[in-house]
Amino acid sequence: MYTISSKLKTFSIVLMVLGLLGIGYGFLTAPKDIKEVEAILAAESHGHGGGHGEAHEAAPAHATETHTEGHAAPEAHATADSAGHDAGVADAGHDEKSATGDAAASHDTATASVDSASAKDKAFSTQTNPESVDKVEMGNNPVVNKHEAHVDEHAEHQEHLEHVFHQLQNKPWAALYVACIFFLLISMGVLAFYAIQQVAQAGWSPVLFRVMEGITAYLPIGSILFFIFLLTCAFHWNHLFVWMADGVTDPKSEHYDALIAGKSGYLNVPFWLIRAAIFLTGWNIYRFYARKTFAAQDEANDDSNYKKVFKASAGFLVFFIVSESIMSWDWIMSLDPHWFSTLFGWYVFASFFVSGITTICLVTLYLKSKGLLEYVNTSHIHDLAKFMFGISVFWTYLWFSQFMLIWYANIPEEVTYFIQRINDYTLPFWGAVVMNFVFPILILVNTDFKRITWILVMAGIVILAGHYIDFFNMIMPATVGTQWFIGIPEIGSVLFFLGLFLLVVFSALTKAPLLPKRNPFIEESKHFHY
Amino acid sequence: MSTTNKVLHAIYNDDDVLMDAVKKTRAAHYHIEDVFTPFPVHGLDKAMGIAPTRLAICAFIYGCIGLSVATWMMNNIMIQDWPQDIGGKPSFSYLQNMPAFVPVMFEMTVFFAAHLMVITFYMRSRLWPFKAAENPDVRTTDDHFLMEVSVKGDESELVSFFQRTGAVEVKLIEKH
Repeated sequence: MYTISSKLKTFSIVLMVLGLLGIGYGFLTAPKDIKEVEAILAAESHGHGGGHGEAHEAAPAHATETHTEGHAAPEAHATADSAGHDAGVADAGHDEKSATGDAAASHDTATASVDSASAKDKAFSTQTNPESVDKVEMGNNPVVNKHEAHVDEHAEHQEHLEHVFHQLQNKPWAALYVACIFFLLISMGVLAFYAIQQVAQAGWSPVLFRVMEGITAYLPIGSILFFIFLLTCAFHWNHLFVWMADGVTDPKSEHYDALIAGKSGYLNVPFWLIRAAIFLTGWNIYRFYARKTFAAQDEANDDSNYKKVFKASAGFLVFFIVSESIMSWDWIMSLDPHWFSTLFGWYVFASFFVSGITTICLVTLYLKSKGLLEYVNTSHIHDLAKFMFGISVFWTYLWFSQFMLIWYANIPEEVTYFIQRINDYTLPFWGAVVMNFVFPILILVNTDFKRITWILVMAGIVILAGHYIDFFNMIMPATVGTQWFIGIPEIGSVLFFLGLFLLVVFSALTKAPLLPKRNPFIEESKHFHY
Repeated sequence: MSTTNKVLHAIYNDDDVLMDAVKKTRAAHYHIEDVFTPFPVHGLDKAMGIAPTRLAICAFIYGCIGLSVATWMMNNIMIQDWPQDIGGKPSFSYLQNMPAFVPVMFEMTVFFAAHLMVITFYMRSRLWPFKAAENPDVRTTDDHFLMEVSVKGDESELVSFFQRTGAVEVKLIEKH
């Protein structure tokens, strides 16, 4: 039996406390009204050269600033007579941060709170100069049409402020959401791997089943926390899901969005919550049943419990692949309700599946280093490392397939998703590929390296961090847009859930012996050698 | 070098017996020239003390070559030589149009790694069409295992040693 060390307990509690402080700090420092946003933006621009700061405060010059990459229309620049604008060119780096929002927000008439609209606008129009609005060819675009009536620069400035205000208000919520869903899905990845190993009658992994069961112990707690989070979205405590905003489906409202209204048969809060409840319940039922029955097998005289787990696992996998796909639309893709991708479910699956396997590997290495897993040898570790390697490549395959198909066809309604990410999230977007593909493929391609503990720990940490950033890339652009930063709220959220995860997982590992007794494949697994 | 080159052929009919015999022979410090088996015997290379293969390292290098060839080729054709506008794809630099080249880069990497590795394998193991077969006893392709040991010192002691290892047949052969 494993007993949790007091050091580990203290460590995870410290993580949780630090995390809670970070989360609290995030919520306390989020701006409470528009005036604060104005002050923040002014302070930000002063730090980047006075010229731009002036332009920023002077609304007319501000409105003429064009951000959208590569389409800095010469006309727009020519009409700018403000002294501050000359500096604006040199300020390209700064534009990334604040002016993106400026340009986007100036269009953002229909849905000031709809963040994804900013991405849409960028693709639709390359000019933000109100005087040349009539030159905009997309006359049939309702957003631009409304824009014509909107020549008052002051109001435009206010609208931009409101836009940034919503993004900044979303920041602590989004930080919490990324960490919450990431750790929930890690335990789901482990559960899926566990079910696959059961169904595949794998001969190598039964000595690791108890480790996997221990990790999935986070699932019930993670599910409850996650569902509570979904409820906060549903009760409008935050604005993460733009399709939940008031009036979006009401043709009489100024926030009316025909695209979202068309999807409201699927994207409506009650149905969304019911689906989430069904999925979370289904996954937890399987976990509870499999763990209970698998433990009963230890004391049984025949293999009937084993067969029960086998059947339950097969059923679970069918349910899982359907629910996982829908889950990814509901919880991640619907953050960008104007965008859709067919392989998104698989992509999300690959991301958390490889994270789950990496977690199994890291926990196994930890327990092994404590001398608790007598029968786990380097061959078992080697197999886990091969899975880490293979599924990392699988993730990359799906990442690239999604990116390349959209990049190649370049259909405006699809490509905005990536334009926004490449322009505003350049480092996280490409960095995730380096961390999740280039690094693992170069390190884990070597057979000998797959058996060396410190190399696996290093690779594992990079893979887990890379997939956190992957989820960050999926969620942040739609919720906080250009206001992203990996700061105290983000790190605090990760620390809190990491502490909780460690505490729950290692407490659960003390509840059952680490070696199953009467599993039909346990002898083979004990002597597994590769 | 002596002019006569005598070897001993010890023939077994079970791979477990063979593995034991190989271990005993190594322990007795007799030099195993070669072992002929009808199918791969798991762990035989380790028991014989054969150095691990470096074929995988070759394959990695070949893959890198393939990737370089693909990159060079497409950069040369699509970007440097005639940067035509084909359907609006940005051919100003290699990086700008890279996603379109990745399928080719991938396939070329796999192609070079796979084929050059196979050819390396054939060359290193001296396999080619019309090559004269080298098996010393036709039964080794069907159901017998043969260990070839170089003969040094007392021949009769050597023969009795191999008979004790469970060989079904032990022969002394003059090799030319």
